[in-house]
Amino acid sequence: MNTLAIHAPVLLVAVPLLGAFAVPLVGKLGRGVRDSFIGLIVAVTAALAGLLAADFFAGSGAPSVYVLGGGGFNLPLPSGMSLPIRIMFEVDGMSAFMTLVTALVTLAGAYFSFSYWRERSGGSMYYSLLMLLTAGIFGMELTGDLFNFFVFLEITSIAACGLVGFRVWLKRSQEAGFKVMTLYTLSGILVLLAVALLYGQHGGLNIAFLAGQIGTLGASIVDKVALGLLLTGLAMKAGAVPLHMWAPDAYGEAPAPTSAVLVVNSQASLYGLFRVLFTLFGVGTALSTNGWILIVFAILTIFVGVTMALVQSDIKRLIAYGAVSQIGYMLLGVGVGLVRRASLLAGGGSLASSAGGLDYGFVAMQGGIFHMLNDAACIGLLFLTTGAVIRASGTRDLNKMGGLAHRMKWTTIFFIIGAFALAGVPPFNGFASKFLIYEASFKLSPFLSVVAILSSIMLLAVFVKAFQGAFLGPKTSLADAGEAPLGMLIPMAVLALVVIAFGLFPGFFVDKIVTPAARALWLGPSEYIGAVLGGG
Amino acid sequence: MGGINSGFGAWNPIAWTLLFLGVLIVGFFVRSRGRKDYKRGTDQAQPFLSGNPEPDSAEALHVRGENLYWGMVHGLSAYYERARALHTGILNDYVAWFIGALGLVFVILFWIG
Amino acid sequence: MNVGNFPFVVAVLLVILGFYALLFKRNLIKMVIGISLVETGVNLFLVMLGYRSGGAAPIYTYANPGERMVLPTPQALTLTSIVIGLATTALLLSFAVFVHRHYGTLDARKIKELRG
Repeated sequence: MNTLAIHAPVLLVAVPLLGAFAVPLVGKLGRGVRDSFIGLIVAVTAALAGLLAADFFAGSGAPSVYVLGGGGFNLPLPSGMSLPIRIMFEVDGMSAFMTLVTALVTLAGAYFSFSYWRERSGGSMYYSLLMLLTAGIFGMELTGDLFNFFVFLEITSIAACGLVGFRVWLKRSQEAGFKVMTLYTLSGILVLLAVALLYGQHGGLNIAFLAGQIGTLGASIVDKVALGLLLTGLAMKAGAVPLHMWAPDAYGEAPAPTSAVLVVNSQASLYGLFRVLFTLFGVGTALSTNGWILIVFAILTIFVGVTMALVQSDIKRLIAYGAVSQIGYMLLGVGVGLVRRASLLAGGGSLASSAGGLDYGFVAMQGGIFHMLNDAACIGLLFLTTGAVIRASGTRDLNKMGGLAHRMKWTTIFFIIGAFALAGVPPFNGFASKFLIYEASFKLSPFLSVVAILSSIMLLAVFVKAFQGAFLGPKTSLADAGEAPLGMLIPMAVLALVVIAFGLFPGFFVDKIVTPAARALWLGPSEYIGAVLGGG
Repeated sequence: MGGINSGFGAWNPIAWTLLFLGVLIVGFFVRSRGRKDYKRGTDQAQPFLSGNPEPDSAEALHVRGENLYWGMVHGLSAYYERARALHTGILNDYVAWFIGALGLVFVILFWIG
Repeated sequence: MNVGNFPFVVAVLLVILGFYALLFKRNLIKMVIGISLVETGVNLFLVMLGYRSGGAAPIYTYANPGERMVLPTPQALTLTSIVIGLATTALLLSFAVFVHRHYGTLDARKIKELRG
């Protein structure tokens, strides 16, 4: 078991890739064989992610490196070299946390697809793209090399856009696919330009090496241009306002289980943004400026996302705008943490003492990072429920639906759980993370906290609108479809169980999972660099 | 088994759930002490529609999703008209927002920060 | 001969031309050409990073001993980027074909059903 956990970083990318390329062949043997094969691949991937996280969080907590190619897999500096020249995967607290989030939602999404795609054809290509997307997301979260990050970013862009426009008989999905592909490609190219600038300036591509260089030499103008390009490119892929306009199109037009995985894709780009801001540029630049940029993005995203959600008549676009709004909460938490960290560093305070304690910057980071997990689970649950609703009523327009709660009792319950959790109603997990964000951002500026709380309340209003339109009301002729099949209910139940468990025991999960992740970012790049350059 | 601590406040969901159950129990107790002559399904339970003619089918009584927050949207119409107008569906505008935000980030990084 | 920073300026000019096409042209195919221009500019930028003046091709057995070689890493990066650009352009063009099939037009100002 220990050996498997050591090789888990590479296997987490290799197993979904195997699934992606083997499923068209396996699919020729029939639908049942194909579904079992994909179920096996996804289960193995989730088990590997759990193993990686358990091994990391129960162990020493130091970042571990996995080198691809060359002498040994734990030899970052080949003999006689002083620069890391091979591509390596580096797992630290934040990466392990993100793999847990990805594994959970991908598991639920893939198993939901088995029932969702039963009445349609062309499934092998769909699963191939889904597995490619999974491999790309895991690669983005685990890699320690900047150009490798760009390659995985492009893999997820292509797979995600392929999934958005997969149903070629629908008019709007093609339009959405073109728009999303244009914007993803543009942001990917700008990220490549930033990588090229950093390579030209410092001569290396390894994140730890670049972090060390920028830390000791300070950030020159070229480095700052690269920072600006990376910030905007990755913020666009995450869906921050005013760069969010592709998000309702993409999340709304993709098939329902894919929308959940697309949200995890956006969160992986957000992880990339945090890696750039905290590790790559964690020492050399004016951190408080970066933090305030994040906070401005966050406030705009929170407010515009939720207000635009209130006027949508398409149920999937409504939930998509809700997803956009929640990304703002993560940005707010981490932005407040960045600003506070900058002021602590400038004032000569020690970061290590505040990391274990309850300094409001660290609490904000805990809130923002915990919200990534909560949001992935809740939005995943909401998108899956919406898929079941659309399947049952045959329409997506809220003005034409009604009365579904009479026949679809379990779906209604899951929708209520997901909606309440996301809007921050106790005792679900959304309240736990939003509580941390509200309290910490209040200390920085009360205006931030007020906007966040009011938008949460408005999000509850948005979900009440969706609930009233779809579920409440007298039994209509559309409600004869009956309850969603068991294959759809079980993934929803798994996500709802996660929502309730994380809501009832937040202290346990925050201590075990979120605090190491927040600490890995808060303490700066020294541990990250030490794992690579300090002797491996 | 405890909750989380934010430095200024604490949140313990187990305690909250127990309190909530206690309030529910008190509520049910108060309800059980009420009048016993209420019969479900008879004319007692019909809503009073203030003398307006009732529609025949039950479907027409359902308030559709779009109309639920009409008042709030109408009150905020000054914001909503501009926000919805900015969300054109045109791809060139999406790229324009991207370039604009890029320029703004550069200005903040170089001029102010 | 010393070319200075001139190739980098050309690369950035290509990127700006690509952005102009993306911002101001209505036809979807012209927007794809704009993206292709931006990609080409960035690839040119990336390849020029490795140039060392007077250097030979970085093939170990063909160079004279002690001779300067250009850096091979940016060449590998650029090849990867060109292949990625090929995949994205293919996907974009296939989406453009389907959009035309459904909407009957390629004008970006008319393809705005998803708005608001």
